[in-house]
Amino acid sequence: MAKLCGRSTYRMERPPVVLSFAAVGGSKESQGPLADRFDYLSQDDLFGADSWEKAETKMQRLALKTAMNKGGLKKGDLNVLFAGDLLNQCTGSSYGLREFMIPFLGVYGACSTMSESLLMASVFVDSGLAKRAGAITSSHFCSAERQYRFPLEYGSVRPPTAQWTATASGAVILGETGPFPRVEVRHVCAGVIEDPGITDANNMGAAMAPAAACVLKRYFQESATAPSDYDHIFTGDLGEVGSKLLYELLQRDHIDISDRHQDCGLILFDQQRQDVHAGGSGCGCSASVLCCHILPEMLAGRYKDVILAATGALLSPTMVQQGDTIPGISHLVHLHFAEKEGD
Amino acid sequence: MEKHMPKPDEYQRMVKEASRGSKSYKTVPLAFLVGGAICAAGEGLRKLYLMAGLSPDWATAMVSVSLIAASALLTGLGVYDNIAKVGGAGTLVPITGFANAVVSPALEFRSEGMILGTGSKLFVIAGPVIAYGLAASWVYGFIFWLINR
Repeated sequence: MAKLCGRSTYRMERPPVVLSFAAVGGSKESQGPLADRFDYLSQDDLFGADSWEKAETKMQRLALKTAMNKGGLKKGDLNVLFAGDLLNQCTGSSYGLREFMIPFLGVYGACSTMSESLLMASVFVDSGLAKRAGAITSSHFCSAERQYRFPLEYGSVRPPTAQWTATASGAVILGETGPFPRVEVRHVCAGVIEDPGITDANNMGAAMAPAAACVLKRYFQESATAPSDYDHIFTGDLGEVGSKLLYELLQRDHIDISDRHQDCGLILFDQQRQDVHAGGSGCGCSASVLCCHILPEMLAGRYKDVILAATGALLSPTMVQQGDTIPGISHLVHLHFAEKEGD
Repeated sequence: MEKHMPKPDEYQRMVKEASRGSKSYKTVPLAFLVGGAICAAGEGLRKLYLMAGLSPDWATAMVSVSLIAASALLTGLGVYDNIAKVGGAGTLVPITGFANAVVSPALEFRSEGMILGTGSKLFVIAGPVIAYGLAASWVYGFIFWLINR
């Protein structure tokens, strides 16, 4: 059973093992720097469906199916799925995963959903409540645009601080044990809601940076580690603006992560060439970067210890219209590459 | 917030500093050129309609109809938003922007059907312009009536 360290850092007693993972992406992702690492890329952003929401459900279904195939797993092998997305009622997950007939627990953490669902899956596997658990999430540029912003063909101009919602889905399956070399979840840390008072829905990076700073600070303190103990620290999708603010916020506590930090929103797309303004965003952004970049790099032995702190802006368009602010959240997962027993 | 976090107004300052502004030296002239080009095209059409023998009133009305039709067509072809990306307010302010604001939700919400989708979402962007435009015309009409009584 995981041990509680401090207020919300959980140290895994029997670290869950990453059994398999998969990433699915759309056309813009296929032009990005990680294109050759995706398991499946569709040039058709509708994925053969007749609406954007149906496309997203298909994408999420495909991600889980691919991850299960890669791990040689059948539906009956999974005890539970933790999944969520950006759409109202978590449509992408609940409609996308209904046919699997696997016990389903929906989660919503906006763009932090990948680390939130990984956190939950890890705790379930470590405590023996699940032999194998899945963590899945997705986002689709077009379904998110029509829910949060304007119709696609409307000629609105995005400010430079806006971020581009990724059309992508990522699925990770954790298990109690697996063959070496392997990636294990060693720690997880649940973040608190930080609301820095941002009202501009086109500057999500600024709304999320304090949450990321707080979860990192808390984790370092509660796990008694420092940034230098990790080869790489990835944040969710703070983008260009949020990353700058994160460094400044951590600097106040004399924590410097700038030499080992990368933001998923700045890895998935080429910021200049792909016209994504301040960077990528959406649940699928950190999920696909995890499955296309972080996990493969770890398995190749290039990173030993990695932090993934996916960040989410818990934005409600209704509340913003009512003059309220945008709360941010970030949850953290510490991944460890174990080459052999006892590593 | 934890103790080393900045106060809200201090954070707002940090955000302002970290956020790039729009390149107005580029966006403002582009809006002027694109918006100007649309208006010039309108004027060109008006001259053509006059030459074709339409009365000045009819020619003016036909210019609006033509620009709306062209804008709707370009929206449907998926071109208008690309022009708007360059033109900014230049494509938003003329009547073409209004047409785009009606046609784009009509296309977008087709997936929910002609009644609950297209029908009910048609004026989701342009609605306020119509509502307050009508209200303004009512006020204007009242003043006009007062003066000419």
